[in-house]
Amino acid sequence: MSRLRRHYQGARWDEPLIYELGSPGERSVFPPETEVQIKEAVGDPLSGVPEDLRRTVPADLPELSEPQVLRHYTRLSQMCLGVDVAVDMTGTCTMKYSPKVNELVTRRPEMTELHPSQDPTTMQGLLKIVHRLASMVCKISGLDAATFQPAGGSQGIFANACIIRAYHLARGQGSQRDEIITTSFSHPADPAAASTAGYKVITLMPGPKGYATLDALEAVLSERTAGLMITNPEDTGLFNPQIDRFVERVHEVGGLCAYDQANANGLLGIARAGDIGFDLCQFNLHKTFSGPHSSNGQACAAICVSEELARFLPRPVVTFDGQQYGFEDPSESIGKVRGYLGNLQVVVKAYAWIRSLGADGLKVAAQTAVLNSNYMARRLSQTAGFELPYDPTIRRLEQVRYSLAPLKEETGIGGPEMKMRMIDFGQQHIFESHHPVLVPEPATIEPGESYSLDEIDEYLAVLEAVALEARADPKSAALGPYRSAQPRVDDVAQDDPDTWAMTWHARERKPTIAKD
Amino acid sequence: MTAYPYIPNALPEIQQRMLREIGLDSIDQLYDTIPQHIRFRDSLDLPPAIRSEADLRAHIEALLSDNRHTGHNLSFLGGGCARHYVPAVCDEIAQRGEYLTAYVGDPHISPGKYQALFEYQSMLGALTGMLVVTPPTYDGSGAAASSLAMAARITGRRRVLLLGAISADRRSQFETFLSPTVNIDQVGWDLKTGLISETELQAKLGDDVAAVYFECPSYLGFIDSQARQLTAMAKASGALSVVYVDPISLGVLAAPRDYGADIVCGDLQSLGLHMNAGGGLAGFIATPDEERFVAENPAILISGAPKPGGQGWSFAWCTFDRTSYIKREDTQDYYGTTQWLWGIIAGVYMALMGPHGLAEVGETISQRAAYLRRLISAIDGVTVMAPETPCFKEFAIRFDHSAVTVAEVNDRLRVQGIFGGKDLSGEFPELGQSALCCVTEQHNKKDLDRFVQALSEVIR
Repeated sequence: MSRLRRHYQGARWDEPLIYELGSPGERSVFPPETEVQIKEAVGDPLSGVPEDLRRTVPADLPELSEPQVLRHYTRLSQMCLGVDVAVDMTGTCTMKYSPKVNELVTRRPEMTELHPSQDPTTMQGLLKIVHRLASMVCKISGLDAATFQPAGGSQGIFANACIIRAYHLARGQGSQRDEIITTSFSHPADPAAASTAGYKVITLMPGPKGYATLDALEAVLSERTAGLMITNPEDTGLFNPQIDRFVERVHEVGGLCAYDQANANGLLGIARAGDIGFDLCQFNLHKTFSGPHSSNGQACAAICVSEELARFLPRPVVTFDGQQYGFEDPSESIGKVRGYLGNLQVVVKAYAWIRSLGADGLKVAAQTAVLNSNYMARRLSQTAGFELPYDPTIRRLEQVRYSLAPLKEETGIGGPEMKMRMIDFGQQHIFESHHPVLVPEPATIEPGESYSLDEIDEYLAVLEAVALEARADPKSAALGPYRSAQPRVDDVAQDDPDTWAMTWHARERKPTIAKD
Repeated sequence: MTAYPYIPNALPEIQQRMLREIGLDSIDQLYDTIPQHIRFRDSLDLPPAIRSEADLRAHIEALLSDNRHTGHNLSFLGGGCARHYVPAVCDEIAQRGEYLTAYVGDPHISPGKYQALFEYQSMLGALTGMLVVTPPTYDGSGAAASSLAMAARITGRRRVLLLGAISADRRSQFETFLSPTVNIDQVGWDLKTGLISETELQAKLGDDVAAVYFECPSYLGFIDSQARQLTAMAKASGALSVVYVDPISLGVLAAPRDYGADIVCGDLQSLGLHMNAGGGLAGFIATPDEERFVAENPAILISGAPKPGGQGWSFAWCTFDRTSYIKREDTQDYYGTTQWLWGIIAGVYMALMGPHGLAEVGETISQRAAYLRRLISAIDGVTVMAPETPCFKEFAIRFDHSAVTVAEVNDRLRVQGIFGGKDLSGEFPELGQSALCCVTEQHNKKDLDRFVQALSEVIR
């Protein structure tokens, strides 16, 4: 058995809120002061603003000197576990390594100090990277045109739903085709973004093998079908082998098919959306293509579409006329989904990551992610308390949704307790499941390709240790974490309007939360 | 070569060991659930790998060096994204791997991140006068669109009124997002004064209007003196007022809640975030601490409470069941990975500036913008729009009395290392040849004088 970090201790600085620090009059940063000549020339330029629109009392911000601010946020960072610090196999999230060199190059002023409305002639370097990466993700997806405007995966899915909407509108079937089909194990953003785009959503439940059956699809197809928005492999890690038939059938009734490839980490160079017949797909560059997750974004979705749908892409797209890179508005663009061109710094990082690996390396990344996942599945299928839902003989790909139902049955310790207790061994917690929760006591694990065999073995040893503890001392296993930066807290009070507080000032007005 | 720096288990001997454990002979067998006929059998047609980090770095740096940036050129580009000063501590914190490489995570494992975000919410709450603030959304325009959709759900009404000049891009984002649920109507403004037409607003208000939306300062930089009346008119007709702000103005301008805003939204970019060609945008939504607002908020919300026994604070997601993660199709907004790191950094910025720094930067911006506006108004052939109406940071100018187009002016300025104001001619044909000039605390008198000199020369 691998060595466990039994003496791990998360940093606890007992750090006050910033409003509890500093003293009146302390300063950190002085902005430039206006020259006397200007002051004399313009007087008070806001004198024409009515009193009720001017700030008369200084804003209630904290007052601190610079080293205090720095130490405060550095201490808080120590109470935060990124992938740079701790192994994170949070399923569906693809927590891979974000190479440092990609951070260094994008910190240069040639990236950070670009204004998005600059003339394209002054941004040729950046636009070249955007254009090249667009061509690369087209190769990877087997589709024909791409853009990076959506600043996150859900926004990419929304853009795709809008493209489906625009396509049917252009064919005079906008109001007739008002249904989008998805599956219960596709990401919640698929139904949510489709609904935001105005669609009625039909959700297919999993069949006996864990994924929707063709019969279930047949039953809901009609002249109202606008499209299919689906993940595959789904959150379970199971790949629906009839996916090309799904696509065919949706096409036959006149719908479009969008492949949610937020997490395409197992499929790079293995299978392509375009070859399967999909009309659209989206990749999350902050997942599969190594952009740092940034505590929940800066994020970026690449959306790739067939040639026929290119005219609907969000405006503008980056073009190349053989000499110069520029912008162009697609003829029937859905318009804007996000300001300017999205998170282009993430595009540069993704470009650098792909360039570092090349075609062979991308495939090795995918294969290794699937290998790591299957190694874990093999080990955990032999670990009492864990089981693979649905047919355990069917192989999963880059992630697996396990069930801890047997452990729960035997010891009273299930997914939520495992999730918390494993933190005490210096691991990022497990992701249980998206909604709806169909697998009992779920635990979704995705190792990706960035962790070593030793790290994977250590992770498995932690799961095994907690399962053992569940049998020996269920009370102890139930009440973790103990050694994390934040010991177990009951957060019920934060769902109650009488006690929740989204700001310090709101908290000041609320009654004290009395509990021990 | 079979070693990959980012992929430790790519080594053949390790792969063999792992395959043996699984009971397989080859990697290919791992994919036995994917039918052969949909597998990709070729090699992806991608440029060759750059294995050396030194070579990779040189390659990317060479590409980026083809860019001309606003640190080396004098830029007057704004319109929702501008080159403000980013304090060193903001950059220092932004690069910390603990924040940079974490995902959402549970507050037990990363309470520090949640505390940083709770503090950002608190400070932005102080600036806007609101008690509920979201973590960052995708961008300011998206936050505004979500705010309008929230107003429609809260009031049960379907029409929103957009007041004054709105950027074409923002308007487009509104249409893309709102068209299934909300009807958008526009209230005009006076070209001479820059002020929103109260008469037209009165005429268009009705019991179907969910929200009255305006920007303060407006897209064209105007501070509309009628702001308090506008929110009062909205209230009188049962609509909510949604006010969009540039938060860096809130050291000198009033908290919108104090002049009657029901929802405040905006973009954080001015608060210590590099422009990153638009990657620096991040939206926020701020509301009163009332259940009807919280219930319709699409974002994850972070609540904080002191721990029992005086041992610091604990943080948790508040009413997560509201979000699309749980509601799936039973919602008309979506949430996901957005721009949270920029929220942490905007918090660092507000803490560094404090109440006095934020007031001072607001004064510097308004003084320097006023100075440039005055000098430009003296140039023959250029008119400043509504010169009597106060502006913050941005102002519009027109070239109708000169023989050149904005595009020509900017081409000529660019040769001299100056990026002129954003060309508005396509967005507002009624303004003729017009541009939006943006001045921040980074422009000193020499910069402004140089611009005026260059501008006077190139329009001749």
